[in-house]
Amino acid sequence: MFYKYSDYLKTEAQPYMWCPGCGDGIVVRALAEALAELNIPPHQVVIATGIGCWGKADDYFSTHAFHGTHGRALAFATGIKIGNPGLHVIVLMGDGDAVTIGGNHFIHSARRNIDLTAIVVNNYNYGMTGGQYSATSPLASHTATSPRGVPEPGFDVGALAETSGAVFIARSTAYHVLQIKKYIIQAIQKKGFSLVEVMSPCPTHFGRRNFPGGPLAMMKYLKGRAVPKERFDKLADHERIKYIATGVMANKERPDFLTVYREINPAKQLAELGGVKK
Amino acid sequence: MSRPKGMQLLQGNEACAWGAIDAGAGFFAGYPITPSSEIAEICARELPAYGGVYIQMEDEIAGMAAIIGASLSGKKTFTATSGPGFSLMQENLGVGIYQEVPCVIVDVQRVGPSTGLATRPAQADVMQSRWGTHGDHAIIVLSPASVKEMYYLTVRAFNLAEKYRTPVILLSDEVIGHLRENIALPEANALDIINRKQPYEEPEKYLPYKPDDDGIPPMAAYGSEYIMHASSSCHDETGCSNSKPDTNQKLLTRLRTKIYSNKEDIVQVECFGPADAETTIIAFGATSRVCKQAIVEANKKGMKVNLLRLITLWPFADEQVQAVLEKSKAVIVPEMNQGQILGEVQRVNCTNTPVYQLTRIDGELFTTAEILSKIREVAI
Repeated sequence: MFYKYSDYLKTEAQPYMWCPGCGDGIVVRALAEALAELNIPPHQVVIATGIGCWGKADDYFSTHAFHGTHGRALAFATGIKIGNPGLHVIVLMGDGDAVTIGGNHFIHSARRNIDLTAIVVNNYNYGMTGGQYSATSPLASHTATSPRGVPEPGFDVGALAETSGAVFIARSTAYHVLQIKKYIIQAIQKKGFSLVEVMSPCPTHFGRRNFPGGPLAMMKYLKGRAVPKERFDKLADHERIKYIATGVMANKERPDFLTVYREINPAKQLAELGGVKK
Repeated sequence: MSRPKGMQLLQGNEACAWGAIDAGAGFFAGYPITPSSEIAEICARELPAYGGVYIQMEDEIAGMAAIIGASLSGKKTFTATSGPGFSLMQENLGVGIYQEVPCVIVDVQRVGPSTGLATRPAQADVMQSRWGTHGDHAIIVLSPASVKEMYYLTVRAFNLAEKYRTPVILLSDEVIGHLRENIALPEANALDIINRKQPYEEPEKYLPYKPDDDGIPPMAAYGSEYIMHASSSCHDETGCSNSKPDTNQKLLTRLRTKIYSNKEDIVQVECFGPADAETTIIAFGATSRVCKQAIVEANKKGMKVNLLRLITLWPFADEQVQAVLEKSKAVIVPEMNQGQILGEVQRVNCTNTPVYQLTRIDGELFTTAEILSKIREVAI
């Protein structure tokens, strides 16, 4: 049997609750298409979410789904994956979930190399609660809680994942639809902790305060400022701040948590346990 | 190391770990903390042999999250902690209650608040175990008073969790967790083990939060053909979020009813001493052991004293407590906190029977003399 992208979606739950101009719907579609291309049976997929706009995405999937507390999606997903290692567990997080309130779970999931696919939609702010700054809001950007500019620099999500040990890291933007799908496919196929970061517009909040031209200007910005990693790396430091590096940032080989765990902790035969079956 | 055979001198925490393994636990996620760490250590050593997994998470928030996740994937799961870790678990304990995920949380109580006295016993998490996570909810909490009970109540905690699709808390304390007593573990195959209800309709018709007549929905595991959608936000029978006004009303009513309408099955007490006692002590956990000693001595001296030991702390044993309040002339509530069970006894009391408080909050267990002196004081 061949699955269509719509086999993974609860189309009756559409239209999406997200604002016009938001990138979330684009990523939902890209993920559903990636799953269809990989032809993974929907019941072998768990979509796990946290809190925020992107955290509402589970309601649009017809696969198994989990929606939990803010920032904890990776910790729940760790249990889900170990509980049934045959599952494809895909964790959808915003910048708040992934690297702000959930930063600890993020670095440890990457370090542990638990076989999960994290899709982080980074829109530089907390959209759901009215556009306050997160740990990825750029220094001096304006948000609901930084009317005179954010006093802290933002995290580079990919760099944080890489230094923590993630084996696959890619970045794209909501404008580059086919690239998102391509990276999600690679991330799902990769055994270990993989990350796809999608830079996404939030015209309602971050955009309104930082991009006078509206939603279209934000999309144009993503289109114009996204440069392949190879080109980005050649830019001078003062130029880099104006651009978004896209592409595959890391693709390494390292055995995942469960592979290592089973190697050093083999299960015993029934007879060795005195015939007690669990 | 392997499963203890025959009569053995076991520690309470050790008995708890074996109770969990014998109940079918296949997953432990947690973070080490005194005085519960032995449970984690034994799981790390023993679980893999049974095909299970021990994972040490980055904190107790993650530990609680992971046991919920693995339970949704079909495993029997648990964690063990003490006060500070129990505080961190409260956030996701609410997720477990709301999503109706069977799992067991062992809290080996130590002195608080905050980091308190790490190696000293207390019984001050009684109200936290009941109301620690925000929002209206029901919860089952069991209180062991011996090594044997650390084993059997752990098995029972798993059984109740599976039966009622809910997290169950084993509220132990440092004394019981570190106590060593002789115990012969039963043949594991001889235990009555309850497993969660499985879906029985066709997969297309399955709604993960549609209850049977008993108020409990059959539970599919992630990966089965029955699609499971578990949400920590207000959800309808499909499991998807739903913010219509009557959805939460209906859901929370069912979540409470499935526990409170089964109090006869869930609530256990032990009565110790003469049935016609004039003074009754209501106690639980480590404190109840001292009370038993005091009661034996008091009765030898001609005083008529008995004990109502609360084995189930929540739901509270309203009926059983009411009965002793009606029968006795005085009730004493000794506890290693400033009156958490006392308040419940007073709530239940609609008689003129006086209820006396006895507290100990210095990290030391009550002495028999202390209890005896209180018995004498109220008997006058």
